[in-house]
Amino acid sequence: MSSNVITVPVGQTEARPWVDELHQWLTTVDHKRLGILYIVSALLFLVIGGVEALIIRIQLMHSHNNFVSPEVFNRMFTMHGTTMIFFVAMPVLFGFANYLVPLMIGARDMAFPRLNAFSFWLSFLGGLLLYFSFLGGSGLYGAGNAPDVGWWSYAPLGARAFSPGHSSDYWTLALLVSGFGSIGTAINIIATILCLRCPGMKLNRMPLLAWLNLVMAGMVLLAITPLSAAQIMLLIDRYLGGHFFDTQAGGSAVLWMHFFWIFLHPEVYILIIPCFAFMSEIIPVFSRKPIFGYPVMVAATVCIAFVSMSVWAHHMFTIGMNSYANSFFTLTTMAVGVPTGIKIFNWIGTMWGGRIQFKTAMLFSIAFLFQFLIAGLTGIMMACSPFDWQLSLSYFVVAHFHYVIVGGILFALFGAFYYWYPKMTGRMLSERLGQWHFWLFLIGFHLTFDVMHIPGILGMPRRIYTYEPGRGWDTLNLIVSIGAFIQAVAILVFVANLIVSYFKGAKAGNDPWDAWTLEWSVSSPPPAYNFATVPTVSSRRPLWDLKHPEDPDSRYE
Amino acid sequence: MTRRMKSSLECGWQIALLLFWSAGPLWAVEPGGSTGQGTSIFAPASTPAKSIADVSVFVLVITGIIFLVVFALLLYSVVRFRGRAADGGREPAQVYGSMQIELAWTIIPILIVVVLFLATARVIHAIQDAPEPAGALDVIAIGHQYWWEFRYPKLGIVTANELHIPVSDPDHPTPTFLQLLSVDTDHSFWVPELAGKTDLIPNHPNRMWMDPQRTGVFMGQCAQYCGTQHAKMLLRVSVDRAEDFGAWVHAQQKPAVEDAGVIAGRQVFERNACMNCHAVGGTPADGRFGPDLTHLMSRATIAAGAAENTHDKLRLWIQNPSAIKPGSLMPAMKLSDADLDAVVSYMETLH
Repeated sequence: MSSNVITVPVGQTEARPWVDELHQWLTTVDHKRLGILYIVSALLFLVIGGVEALIIRIQLMHSHNNFVSPEVFNRMFTMHGTTMIFFVAMPVLFGFANYLVPLMIGARDMAFPRLNAFSFWLSFLGGLLLYFSFLGGSGLYGAGNAPDVGWWSYAPLGARAFSPGHSSDYWTLALLVSGFGSIGTAINIIATILCLRCPGMKLNRMPLLAWLNLVMAGMVLLAITPLSAAQIMLLIDRYLGGHFFDTQAGGSAVLWMHFFWIFLHPEVYILIIPCFAFMSEIIPVFSRKPIFGYPVMVAATVCIAFVSMSVWAHHMFTIGMNSYANSFFTLTTMAVGVPTGIKIFNWIGTMWGGRIQFKTAMLFSIAFLFQFLIAGLTGIMMACSPFDWQLSLSYFVVAHFHYVIVGGILFALFGAFYYWYPKMTGRMLSERLGQWHFWLFLIGFHLTFDVMHIPGILGMPRRIYTYEPGRGWDTLNLIVSIGAFIQAVAILVFVANLIVSYFKGAKAGNDPWDAWTLEWSVSSPPPAYNFATVPTVSSRRPLWDLKHPEDPDSRYE
Repeated sequence: MTRRMKSSLECGWQIALLLFWSAGPLWAVEPGGSTGQGTSIFAPASTPAKSIADVSVFVLVITGIIFLVVFALLLYSVVRFRGRAADGGREPAQVYGSMQIELAWTIIPILIVVVLFLATARVIHAIQDAPEPAGALDVIAIGHQYWWEFRYPKLGIVTANELHIPVSDPDHPTPTFLQLLSVDTDHSFWVPELAGKTDLIPNHPNRMWMDPQRTGVFMGQCAQYCGTQHAKMLLRVSVDRAEDFGAWVHAQQKPAVEDAGVIAGRQVFERNACMNCHAVGGTPADGRFGPDLTHLMSRATIAAGAAENTHDKLRLWIQNPSAIKPGSLMPAMKLSDADLDAVVSYMETLH
């Protein structure tokens, strides 16, 4: 049968049998394809994690609701957190880094293409392991279940005494395996950026996206290591009779907290720094100006990376550290606000005096600035450790970090999608659907996460499957839940846009935004191995130089 | 041009709305709010909560000013520098940066951080390093999966879930110092109007204190996720006038009431596994896994606040704990109706 079909002229790749095509995707070592695999797998998990969030929000719509049992609720918030951080945010950002870094530094692929494929499949396998717990969590003994110990799996709740069966093991293994994937990708990004830059691209001429991903990758190496160590220690506790976290046998619950947060706080910056990178590319292009204060932006990023390694215990202000430790971590945490503030000022400085084009990508970027500003300021509030003794573990904290992760990271990601989708697919995303997506998501976001601060101030702790009436929490929670559904509708619009535009979108051409970095110099989507001839650059904006030979950047740098 | 105008106007309008929303925490809170059911962190009734609220307002004001300034800059640049059709596709002046400006927006934030830090450090020290005065009451709070055990070592009292402490006169302070322990997982003691939260961590004793300055019942609950029924590990603190507290102590120090009328119920209690987990003072029942029941009827709630302490709820709780608190560690004892009624009658004599 196949012999009848195959009359395809050479070069018309679309008509390959689908098995062939699938095989190509499964065995690919091409950085662009792996980037897209990362992104698509993350979108898949985004939808799953989103459904979990909706279940949580339905349950909390009013007091004493019985939509799900406490056990199911606890599994939902555990899975939601784990999924969104490890199997949505990390992979999608790695996906963009994979796709963009080689293109932007004029390289033909990542430094280690096979390691790249290996890392992706490890991360993806981690996600599958986590979700296999729904079937295999109790092993052969009975119905399965997912982990329900919270996505911090605080000791000793994660010990066998309190978490029998295998659900916690799937959680541990999922993080361990995907963590190795992250380390592989981080090594790859570092090697690629340090070794494969095209001629003329000195470190101080790299696009900020490459710089920031370099910093991010360095942080991954430092942060994932303690997490992996802690997971191995937990496995030793659970299966080899270890007592690291076994409080009944002299182990320390606080030790686990230190391990976890010394990973997790840098992790927040690992997630936000690539988003800073998107902003540092998108805002200049749509303001029609170069980034304001390039060297300061690099310095501020490196500074954030350093300081963020010394702030982890601000997650632990309530565990009874002494007053000196609390003061120290208050100071370091507030200090991290300084370089972060510098970044916000520089983005505003970039827009200042520009001619801002309000494309959807830019709308998301402006919203990012606004929301990240608020997230940073609520962060300062919680850096004040006495204030944190009240706010920590409450819904205020939940609102704060969703402000960072949704209002910051997700908005920046949406900006990145609208900006680079044309490069990845050759088609423009619909601006019309984009506007719907943006405004719906903005309204839903603010309805949910602005209001969510208030129950925290009114004493509502996080991770409770239900609450008492008469505390003034009911109406607020109802509004929060309604906002969540508006966001869900916006996400559907976004997914529809991705799919419809893939088939029907306007042709993008090489350079739809009149941009300045190297990825826009090649066709959309870029050809295999990106550059027929490796480019040579003489400034931070090679395409500006090309378009304005009378006034090139190289004259000023 | 008009279209662009319109969209940026819309944008500005939207942002103004968001500003209003984000100011929500400020206007939603009424200081000195309701008594009894209130759990607002801005209605402090004791010194630690008060100092926290004060420094919090200070931080809120500073961050609010920062927000207004940066937001105004952002809004101005978005509106003022929007692209116009009249630009004719020309590029704006290409500006690469300015060291003076960078220095300014580095140094000013550093100064703000120093101020905020000093204000914070003062409060940290004042709360955490406060010495325990001679007249202080000592209580040991022990976290259990989904309930609280309170021990008054100097008074010989053991109770559960409802903490009684005396009101503290600022002139003659009688603060309460809590030692925080846990027998299983991590918990956190949080009564927002009395103090910030502190965790109860196994093998890691903690300490906190409060000196409530008005009487009443203050609500709180476990704030650190501790397992299935974390949500219903509720907490109430009854702040009593000195004489009421004295009377309460006196009553609690007595052994359990012995009532010959409910001997059948007592036998059910002691024949079954009830007494393995629960203690009733002055009887052979001395289990420690569950709450002490010696003065059960002096408490307003059962099951760590999950239900009111009424005849029907108590009966339901003993018959089928999952009906009130699914996942609670109290087993359904599968008593016959007669035994169930007997044991409930026995419980109801434990004043």
